[in-house]
Amino acid sequence: MGETADQIFVILQHWIVAHAPGILQPILAPLLGVIAIIGVFALLFAVTTVLERKGLGRIQNRYGPNRVGPFGLLQPIADGIKSVTKEDIVPQAADKVVHLLAPVSLVLAAFSLFAVLPVGRNMVLANLDAGVVFFFAVSSVTEITIFMAGWSSRNKYSLLGAMRAIAQMVSYEVPLILASVTVIMATGSLSTVAIVEKQAGYTGIFPHWFVFTPWGFAGFILYMIAATAESNRSPFDLPEGESEIIAGYFVEYSGFKFALFFLGEYLGMFAISGLGITLFLGGWSAPFSFLTWVPSYLWFVGKLLFLIVMFIWVRGTLPRLRMDQLMNFAWKFMLPMALINLITVGIWHFMQQGILRWLICSVIVIASYVLLGRGLTQGWKLEKRIYRFAE
Amino acid sequence: MLFTTFAILTVAGAVAAMSFRNLVHSVLALIAAFAGLAAIYLQLGAQFIGLAQVLVYIGAVAILIVFAILLTRDKKVAQQTVSFSSWKLNGVVALAVFAVIAWAIFQSPTLQHEILPEPQVSMQQVGNALMLRYALPLEIIGLLLTAALIGAVTIAISEKYEKHERRERE
Repeated sequence: MGETADQIFVILQHWIVAHAPGILQPILAPLLGVIAIIGVFALLFAVTTVLERKGLGRIQNRYGPNRVGPFGLLQPIADGIKSVTKEDIVPQAADKVVHLLAPVSLVLAAFSLFAVLPVGRNMVLANLDAGVVFFFAVSSVTEITIFMAGWSSRNKYSLLGAMRAIAQMVSYEVPLILASVTVIMATGSLSTVAIVEKQAGYTGIFPHWFVFTPWGFAGFILYMIAATAESNRSPFDLPEGESEIIAGYFVEYSGFKFALFFLGEYLGMFAISGLGITLFLGGWSAPFSFLTWVPSYLWFVGKLLFLIVMFIWVRGTLPRLRMDQLMNFAWKFMLPMALINLITVGIWHFMQQGILRWLICSVIVIASYVLLGRGLTQGWKLEKRIYRFAE
Repeated sequence: MLFTTFAILTVAGAVAAMSFRNLVHSVLALIAAFAGLAAIYLQLGAQFIGLAQVLVYIGAVAILIVFAILLTRDKKVAQQTVSFSSWKLNGVVALAVFAVIAWAIFQSPTLQHEILPEPQVSMQQVGNALMLRYALPLEIIGLLLTAALIGAVTIAISEKYEKHERRERE
């Protein structure tokens, strides 16, 4: 019973393919996967917009959307109708072809990221030998689409936003990849499926996820910080700072093209969280050995929703960084920390299992964190801020 | 069929990159050519080279060119179009180069051998070769790149110092 529930989508796909005419069969299997990915993650996007607006509303002492449907849950439908029926305004000076191509190619790149993510047992669209490399290669394409959007609008705020976005993404790509390399070193494979399988065992009731090792914990935190910066979310949302450069590279976009940008950005966030889950949180495996009867894809979606809620929480809590703080943090803290973490994995790999390995690796991680943090904050004058109010 | 599509994409992108008047359009066309080339590599089964092509050329080199154009562009240069005074002569030169390369390829002894079975190269083999057999060249390249990086930073910093010194002298 549990087995069938776990594999229901795989069985369904095989059943549809088996009942299709012979010529269609080789195309149909991947096509069904693509349709499923587009459908599920577009739906998740709709759910997330409500969740985000509700969550931010609660953090800021308001209700958030509560008019459309029960508890405002049908808000995404209203938003969708609004964005489709709105007029599509293109600036007269804009480069019209590039202006159109930018959001389309962003969404295309964002959707193709999901091809290598194993969302459940036997549920991966393309089990590539180099899945992780594919992911980073495709995600680097989004930088150029952002440049296309910023440049083609012929607006100085757009261009400024695009340049800020590219500088930020290039800087944070380094710690992001270095943090993922730790996992690749530990598993000895670049295939996302192999990485998940490596984390599948249990000691007692606890799983062998990489996040429960000293280097994995440090790597996961580094990865998630860099992922926040890569997806341009608060507190790293300088490229889209409404109060500084109105909205960054998509100022000149309206109607459905704006909605495409919105979609592309959220899909990027889901994909990068999905890779984080695959690398550090055991992919689709259950958090306790007695919960393995729950279908694997539910665990993946559950972990993804958990990370999304964390993203929303951070967005509602932290103020935006300044440009120099952003760059200092990337190059003076994240990069050395990620490099030290690489050495820690090496030590972990070559030492025998036992308490000594845990002790040494934990000491290295904590010591480097404390020392690098001291180095970063050196010269800062941290004093109590005095507020003056108008009487 | 697939190869023809990718080849057309690559060649069309390269031709467009050379003939567009706007430099940024040229870069975007160049990216299309890079993407076509990456697709050909992937189709030939060279997964690592194909993905590295996307990662390095589209993800890094294209961004570098874009930054270079936007940071150094002079309005006069941007308006000026590159025109060849005698395209006939250039055509002859291009054809001659093509003919020499084609002749060299057809004369090459590798074509005389019978076709070898397609080698199966996995990512793991590439990694092992880089880390064991070619470790020293890899290290040297890394050192060279680090030196270039430090050099670039030094050039960027010294300008600031000069200004500061000049102001002090005045």
